[in-house]
Amino acid sequence: MTNRVINWFRYASPQTFYPLAGKLIPCFWTLAGIFAVVGLGIGFLLAPTDAQQGEGYRIIFLHVPASWMSMFIYLVMAFWAAIGLAFHTRLSGMMASALAPTGALFAFLSLWTGALWGKPMWGTWWVWDARLTSELILLFLYIGFIALQAAIDDPRRADRAGAILALVGVVNVPIIYFSVKWWNTLHQGASVSLGKAPSMAAQMLWGMLFCALACWMYSIAIALMRVRNIMLERERHTEWVRALLAQAE
Amino acid sequence: MHWNSLAEFLAMGNHGFYVWGSVLVMAASMLAEPMLLRRSRSRLLARLLRQYRAEQTEARRQRAANPGRSRD
Repeated sequence: MTNRVINWFRYASPQTFYPLAGKLIPCFWTLAGIFAVVGLGIGFLLAPTDAQQGEGYRIIFLHVPASWMSMFIYLVMAFWAAIGLAFHTRLSGMMASALAPTGALFAFLSLWTGALWGKPMWGTWWVWDARLTSELILLFLYIGFIALQAAIDDPRRADRAGAILALVGVVNVPIIYFSVKWWNTLHQGASVSLGKAPSMAAQMLWGMLFCALACWMYSIAIALMRVRNIMLERERHTEWVRALLAQAE
Repeated sequence: MHWNSLAEFLAMGNHGFYVWGSVLVMAASMLAEPMLLRRSRSRLLARLLRQYRAEQTEARRQRAANPGRSRD
């Protein structure tokens, strides 16, 4: 029997999480840089030409990671929003707010790279089909969440209102993901999915996975940076922020 | 290496506009976001420090005006 139990809840309080996040940020930036160099190196320098799409397919190394992140960040954001709603933990609402702008950015990048991929392959920048429309709705959900929180002065009420919006919007994520199966769409089916072998060359797959990892690390680093700003702003009257300011003087 | 020349790499099989248009916008936004965050952080810290100093000065002034009394 050991008495040394790590108290994980210690890190749920802003004053212990703030310095920890500060130490982790450079690690995640380094990892993001390494993965990006490896992923883009494989994707743009080594991977072979696609039999159907020629060289234009290389947009996949940006488009797929951006789309995955836009959906995944939404799930994480809704998770923190739900935790905050259920347990009234201070940090949860801050995490949800910190993730929203980055999620919105990835949703925009997914649509942007998708349009630039659609034009040469389908002959059009945009179609109102299930995959594209539901991704656009995801972008609007992010923007709605940010706008709703910005419109409410009391941060705790803003958190609660935002949390409800985020949770209602979760239903959109599986709609995006399965849209290519459920409806006839111009968008191609999943190249990589659980339970079946990926329908692409190994180098293409590795390039894409490393680019996705880079986006993961980027998102974590950015979210930690933003949550630290939100913590300082919201907790500016507390002892720990005042101690920090006294130190900075 | 997949490419024979730099020109071939840049042309991307006549899809250069689309491929580089994607790369450029994605790279620019993923560089801009951390830079904007750093800037807002230094602005926030400067503002909080200013408020903190003003409060400290005010507290000292109060103490000087009412010697022997506690602040509250």
